[in-house]
Parts: sequence; C-alpha cells; structure tokens
Amino acid sequence: MIKVHNLSKQFDGEPVLDHLNATFEAGRTNLIVGRSGSGKTVLMKCLIGLLTPDSGQVLYDGRDFHALPPRQLALLRQEMGVLFQGAALFDAMSVIDNVLFPLRMFSADSEAAQQARAEECLARVDMADALHKMPGELSGGMQKRVGIARAIALRPRYLFCDEPTSGLDPVTARRIDELIHSITHEDGITTVINTHDMESVRTIGETLLSLDDNCFS
Amino acid sequence: MVLRALQRVGDWLLVMRRALARPQNGRLFRRQVADNMWRLGVGSLPLVLIVSLAIGVLLVLQIVLNFGYPWLPRFAIGYAAREVILLEFSTAIVCVILAGKVGSNIASEIGTMRITQQIDALDVMGVNSAGYVILPKVVAFVGFIPVINIISVSAAMLGAFLLCWVGGVMPADSLQVGLQHSFQSWYVWGGIIKSVVFAFIISSVSAYEGYSVRGGSVEVGNASTHAVVYSSILILFADILLTSLLK
Repeated sequence: MIKVHNLSKQFDGEPVLDHLNATFEAGRTNLIVGRSGSGKTVLMKCLIGLLTPDSGQVLYDGRDFHALPPRQLALLRQEMGVLFQGAALFDAMSVIDNVLFPLRMFSADSEAAQQARAEECLARVDMADALHKMPGELSGGMQKRVGIARAIALRPRYLFCDEPTSGLDPVTARRIDELIHSITHEDGITTVINTHDMESVRTIGETLLSLDDNCFS
Repeated sequence: MVLRALQRVGDWLLVMRRALARPQNGRLFRRQVADNMWRLGVGSLPLVLIVSLAIGVLLVLQIVLNFGYPWLPRFAIGYAAREVILLEFSTAIVCVILAGKVGSNIASEIGTMRITQQIDALDVMGVNSAGYVILPKVVAFVGFIPVINIISVSAAMLGAFLLCWVGGVMPADSLQVGLQHSFQSWYVWGGIIKSVVFAFIISSVSAYEGYSVRGGSVEVGNASTHAVVYSSILILFADILLTSLLK
C-alpha cells in the first residue's frame, strides 16, 4: 500500500499539488485522473522519486520514500517497476537485453535464471517471438508491452504506469489495460496508473483519484 | 553571465562526481567501455587518418613553398614539420577536430536518452544514471586517445614522405634527417599527456551537455552545438596552459 500524506509541490510559486492525501491499495489498479495540467505527472514523479515534494510524505508500506537513507532507498527502488509514457526502452539494446537489464544490475540469480525470467516476462506480455528485435523495429503497443515486461522483471511490489494507453489504437489500448490489470491481481501488486483515458477508468479502474477536484473515490 | 557560467561549472562538477563513482556492475561496465572504444575511438580513425595524411602533405608543401630559401638547410623543413606535427597538430588540432565528431555524438546520444526518459528509467531503477551513461564514454575515449595520437603522428609523417616520393618537392633523405634532428622522446609523451587531458575535456563536457538537456529535439541540437563549441575553446585554453607546464 502507498499512502500520500499532505503532499505539496509548487513551481515558481504556483502550487501544482496542494496538501494532497491519497491511498493506493495493494492488489488493485489505482487510477489517477484529471485534465491536462492538473498535476498527474507531477504526482507520479513525486511518487517514483523523479521530483522531491516541497512538503508531505509518500509512504511505501510505512517507509517514507523521500526520507530514506540511500541504501534503503536503493532497495525500495528495486521493489518498484515503472512503465513510462513512451515506454523509455533503451534503444541501443535488443528487447531481451532491455528486460534483462534490471536483472543484470540487481539480481543475484545465475545468468541462466535471469535469461529464463526475462523470457518468462516477455511471454507473459505476448512478446516471446520478438526477443532479438530492437525497440525501433517495434510498434507503440509492442514497446509498451516490452516496457511492462521490463517493469515486472524484478517482481516489483509497486507498479507505476504513466499514460499507458496514450497514442495507441482502442484495441491495443484495451489489451494493455487488461495486461496491467491481470498482472496487478495475479501478483498482488500495488499499481498506480496515470491516465486520462475514460475507457481505462471504466474497464479497469478500482480506486480513483481525481486531481481536478482533489477527491479520492 | 559570469554567475551563469560559474553555475554550470558547479553543475558539471556535481555530475562528474556522480559519473566517476565506482560502477555498479563491473561486467556491464567493461562491455560498455569496449563498445564505446569501438564506436568513439576506432570509428574516428578514418577521419584522423585522412586529415593527418593531408596535413602532413600540406605542412611540408607550405614550408617548402614559403621558406624554401637557398640558404636554409633542407633538413630544417623536416625539423619544423616534426615540431608542428608532434607538439600541436596531432594533439590539439586533432582533438579540436574530434570535438566535432565525438563531442556531438556523445552529447546527442545522451541528450536523446534524456528526452526519451531512458535516463529517468535508469534513475527510477536505482541505477546511478550519470555513472552508467557517462563514465564508460570518458574511460573509453581517454583510454583510446594515445592510439589516435600515435596514428595521427605516423599518418602525418607518412604524408610528408609521400610528398617527397611522389611530388619530388625535396629529397626524402633530407626530410628524414630533419625529422630525426634533436629528437627528444619527451615530445611524444608530452603529446600523449596533452591528448589525454583534451580527451577528458571532450568526453566529460559533451556528456554533461547531453545529460543536462531539458526539452526536446531543439534542445538536443543546442546541446550538441554547445558540446563542440565549449570543448574546442577549453582545449585551446588547456593547450596554452599545458604547453607552458610541459616545456
């Protein structure tokens, strides 16, 4: 579970997040919705540590993300998987190397076990036949699926998805939604999705945080 | 403006402190260094070879045409050419040329990684992104620059000999006597030391410019331009300083 407590962030004196409180529950797809400029991306960046809030706390099962010592913060980061809006695949690496990357950096498993885990993740997102392709050869939807495979490679407890369906056709978008939803429930992950796709809200939204009126439902 | 420049120097130092930290995964790091040596170092050799060969030819040709007085001993032409090639051309000038090729390559590659959130992805995973993307490039280029320096000196001298053999502007024997006249091996080491410093300037400044990009493709283009301009200017200042220190 992730708890956001009194989180505030402003840019050039302009408040974007103002004493925000929210709870993102484990094993559920928690959606953050709001119009453009409502602070969805800023909140997501505060949650994953790309921005430091001016005040307030982000608690990962009681651990204050922005107050953790470096070593514990590094361990917490390994419990997090992030799917970026543009997938953010390493374009100099093949699909399999992208998924292997976090395993090579942080896993103590043997090389064979890492390879097996990466292939398992890619099979789970239905990309087992594209192991040796480069990201530039993939469509937007395929890149998102590889991004999900990379995000779950280290068996994270928390999964963050920034606009996972943006730029995708409706059929592919629903497929990505279903994939994230099934991974969340099967693995008991705390998933936070930043979206303005109302179809995603309707089909997979279980907990909803609307930043337009700062309400949590 | 001065304040802004100082701010950027401070920012560069902070990024370099993170970049020069111990690599998190030694095996991946060694693979990256080898890959970058191939792309940045070996990939630059054709350009260095062509430019050095041409400069060797042009340098001797200009000296012969402009200083070929009857009272000037022939070996002095080879002597002057060697001093210029060894002390300045194959170090400072080749590095200024490489600032254009390697510097823009590094800045645009890292800048694109920044705007496509690949660096954010590294940060979120807990990877030291500065160390991961910058250090292998710095180590690879600094480590390979002595090879580039030696190849440049050799190619320039080959160019000078080619002019004598093919063009017949002066006897090759006189050129050889001049090249060997009052030779000190320290000149070679001094050139390598200077090249190593210049390679560090090119790779670190360009990597910093790419790493600190904010925005889109226009900013990546600007970072690439800044990388070349700042690296070239810093090389020339460093050259003045090092020439005074190493004489």
